[in-house]
Amino acid sequence: MMVAEALALSAVLFAIGVIGVLTRRNAIVIFMCVELMLNAVNLSFVALSRLYGATGQVFVVFVMTVAAAEAAVGLAIIISIFRHRQTVDLQNINILKG
Amino acid sequence: MSDFFYRVHFYLFGLLAIASAITFITRKGPVAAALWLVNTMFCLAAIYVMMDAHFIGAIQVLVYAGAIMVVFLFVLMLLNLGHPDEISDIRGKWGRIAAAFIGLAVLAQVMALARSQAPEELLVPAATAAAELRDLNAVGSIAKPMFTEHLLAFELTSVLLLVAIVGAVVLGKRRATA
Repeated sequence: MMVAEALALSAVLFAIGVIGVLTRRNAIVIFMCVELMLNAVNLSFVALSRLYGATGQVFVVFVMTVAAAEAAVGLAIIISIFRHRQTVDLQNINILKG
Repeated sequence: MSDFFYRVHFYLFGLLAIASAITFITRKGPVAAALWLVNTMFCLAAIYVMMDAHFIGAIQVLVYAGAIMVVFLFVLMLLNLGHPDEISDIRGKWGRIAAAFIGLAVLAQVMALARSQAPEELLVPAATAAAELRDLNAVGSIAKPMFTEHLLAFELTSVLLLVAIVGAVVLGKRRATA
C-alpha cells in the first residue's frame, strides 16, 4: 500500500518547506513555502486515510479551505505593505520590531 | 507485475515532487519558483489518485494548482517582482547553514515519529479505505462523514471564507483620501 513511503515523502517535503521559509527573504516566496508544508501534511493525511478510513480526506478538504483563506488575506496584507514600503523583502520590513 | 508498475510510478512521482520542491526553494526569480511549486502540486495530485483518493486528487489540481497558485502568480505580476536583477533573495551563508540544520532536525524528528508506534487507544479501529470506496463512491466516501460528523466544522469554514474575502477586499482597497 506504500503508506510508509508516502509518509517519508511527506516528511521530506515538509522539511524542504521549512528550509525554504528559513532561507528566503521574499515574503511571497515564504508564503509559497508555507503552502508546500500544508501540501506535505495533506499527503500524510491521505496516506493515513488508507489505514483509518476517509476522515483523513475530510481533513484535507478543510486544510485546503483554510489555505485558500490564508492565501487571500496574506497576499492582501503583502500588497498593502508593498504600497507603503515599495518592497516585499523581509530585511526591510521591520515595522513590528518595536 | 501490476504491483511493480504501481511501485515504479509511485517512486517516479515522489522523486519528481522532491526534485521540483528543491528547485522551487533554490530559484532566484519568484515566478519560476511558483511554477516549480505548481509542478510539485501536480505530482502530489498524481500520488493522491494512486492512493485511491480520487476526489482529493481532483480538487488538488482545481484548488491548489489552479486557484491558489493563480492568486500567487497574479500578486507576483501585480507587484512586478519577476526581475531577479537586484540582490538575491536567498539569505547569506550562515543563514543557509542554520536553515539546513533546522530542516534536517525537523526531518529526523518527523521520521522518528513515523517509525514509532502510536499508543493503542489513539488508533481508530482499522476500517480500510478500500471497503469504504466500494460501498460509497469517490465523492460519497468524503461527503458522508463531512456532512454528518463534521457538519459544524464545514459550516464554520464557509464563515471563514466569507471573512477572508471581506478582509482581503478591505486590506487591498486603496484609501480614497490617502
